[in-house]
Amino acid sequence: MRPLAILGGRLVDPRAGSVQPGNLLIVDRRIAAVGDFDVPAEAERIDASGLLVTPGLVDVGSFAIDLPAFVAGGITRAALMPDQSPPLDHAALVQRAAQAGKPDVWVHPIAAGTKALAGRELAEIGLMRAAGAVAVATGRGWIADSGVMLRLLGYASALDLPVIAHAEDGSLTAGAVATDGETATRLGLPAAPAAAEAMAVARDLMLAEEAGAAIHFRQITTARAFDLVRAAKRRGVRVTCGITPAHLFLSDQAIGPFRTFARLSPPLREEADRLAAIEAVRDGTVDLICSGHDPQGPEAKRLPFADAEPGMAGAATLLTLSLALVRDGVIALPRLFDLLSTAPARLLGLPGGGLDVGDEADLLLVDEGAPWRIDSDRMAGAAGNTPFDALPVQGRVVRTIKGGVALN
Amino acid sequence: MSASPFPHRHLLGLAGLHPWEITYLLDEAEQWVTLNRGTAKHDGRLAGLTQMNAFFEASTRTLLSFEVAGKRLGADVVNMAVAQSSVKKGETLIDTAITLNAMRADVMVIRHDRSGAVHLIADKVNCPVLNAGDGRHEHPTQGLLDALTIRRRKGRIEGLVVAICGDVLHSRVARSNIHALTTLGAEVRVVGPPTLLPAGVERMGAQRFTDFDAGLDGADVVMMLRVQRERMDGALVPSAREFHALYGLTHKRVERAAPDALVMHPGPMNRGVEIDSAVADDPVRSAITEQVEMGVAVRMACLDVLTRERRGIAA
Repeated sequence: MRPLAILGGRLVDPRAGSVQPGNLLIVDRRIAAVGDFDVPAEAERIDASGLLVTPGLVDVGSFAIDLPAFVAGGITRAALMPDQSPPLDHAALVQRAAQAGKPDVWVHPIAAGTKALAGRELAEIGLMRAAGAVAVATGRGWIADSGVMLRLLGYASALDLPVIAHAEDGSLTAGAVATDGETATRLGLPAAPAAAEAMAVARDLMLAEEAGAAIHFRQITTARAFDLVRAAKRRGVRVTCGITPAHLFLSDQAIGPFRTFARLSPPLREEADRLAAIEAVRDGTVDLICSGHDPQGPEAKRLPFADAEPGMAGAATLLTLSLALVRDGVIALPRLFDLLSTAPARLLGLPGGGLDVGDEADLLLVDEGAPWRIDSDRMAGAAGNTPFDALPVQGRVVRTIKGGVALN
Repeated sequence: MSASPFPHRHLLGLAGLHPWEITYLLDEAEQWVTLNRGTAKHDGRLAGLTQMNAFFEASTRTLLSFEVAGKRLGADVVNMAVAQSSVKKGETLIDTAITLNAMRADVMVIRHDRSGAVHLIADKVNCPVLNAGDGRHEHPTQGLLDALTIRRRKGRIEGLVVAICGDVLHSRVARSNIHALTTLGAEVRVVGPPTLLPAGVERMGAQRFTDFDAGLDGADVVMMLRVQRERMDGALVPSAREFHALYGLTHKRVERAAPDALVMHPGPMNRGVEIDSAVADDPVRSAITEQVEMGVAVRMACLDVLTRERRGIAA
């Protein structure tokens, strides 16, 4: 393979916290030189002037292997949720999923914590780890039985795998499709109190502390749950949490009038919670931003609201939407790529997430100012179920480079 | 160029309507009250038009009311009563809507047990759609007929205190009434056990009461809602007996309301649970049979107004 030189871009290095003009050389799938260097005569050259050069995104918790969406969105490594059909609760299934994306985008399976994700018996986590699982998850749901959750945390911790939890107390959210409040009441939708999230977080934090285990909440979306995570971090609990752009930029008003593309799990919250989420990104309580990618076709979404499946296609728009945090002055560019790349790679023990010499050459070229409009009918990937349909946005991935190979 | 007094293609809910639009529909209904009280209850203005009543949820009185309304206006009325199981098994709601549309309905009246289902259908068809109740969301013609009943009995709506009592959480009737009555300037209270009052209802403009007596105090209109028996098994309410003791409208309780207070119920009633027979049948206070009468008139008005564009009538 010829060396590849990316010239004239601005390098966003989340580890160094810097954005600087510079060149970058890739040799044998790895970053070989950064900054000023002599471009080898045989090297292929990419002109990146006017573009950002960033690490590829690492997405924690996609529900589908959707390579076109990943490539369009700049996701070079995707951790796959165990909520597949059948669920990833067996080493052979994990092994097969781990091969699904190569060589383009690497898929890293997350093992089901319990058999069939039923929340009752521990799955063969050790064997799944050996087959390539990078974490363990409760799946779309919460594990109601505290004893099971405690044992799962302890067991996974001994294997050095983080437990990725869904934070909604299922006894409160059973049958609910929205958050209690004015919007759900106006629309006449079954709803659960936002406190269902904080209750789940409080219990799971306590159990993680008890087990000395690392816990990651895939999505935290309410002020009270952020407060709990913030306080737990202060006393040294090994806790991290993520959020999707939907909960950062939309409140539950987006579900009116019965827009099933905005039916999410957890559901969209009231505006005060949305503002608390922005604040939690600003102050570092939020560790990472994920896509929650869950493509759903019309047969799952063109239904009465309560009958529609939850979830959004989020991979293709993850970076574009997140860039608004930089334009709005909430965070700086290097921090954004820490949230989207470095921190998720660290959580899952994956390479990548940086621009250091020797790092795997998973890179993006990004035009941060490019204006376009999100169109659910023309989204890259398996389906276009985005609650951001028709939104004018800025910033897009121009090139996705995986292991030194440009995918688009 | 004169703007239409009711510039909406469908009637999916009363939320967001202007006060003059609601008043216009009530005014239009008055002529039908008069016609319906005569011997020749017929007007041919919808002659040749096909009205399809597609009820995906069981209904007797509302379906009958829409059928009578359509027939009195001369429409060809077709009822599609969907056994719930066959629809659940078979085609999707959208496919059903497309099928009805292909049969060239001129107006559709739709009821469904899911909030928002009627919106979904309205997006897919070429004719006006009238919501006859969708889940817990809205039941606009019920809100209109209640407003008309109150206006005729009390001479006004503005400034009246209306207590809507019982299972507000699951009630589309309550929601449509809150919209209609607050829009027309009434003071609306919702009264019930906390387990049957929806969160954030204050922000729809209603005051929240969990004490029945306090909620009834001085009310000009007491509107009782039906409480389904299966909700009084301990999950939301301990028992029907306890519900009656705390929230049942008895003769004694109704004394708390204004001396000339009107008693209403959308039906069908659970006599002895949310309302005692003595109150329901009170010849002076009770407006319950009048509500049924107003229902036909209001539905005639809605069918007329919504099909005008199709009939080539400007306004």
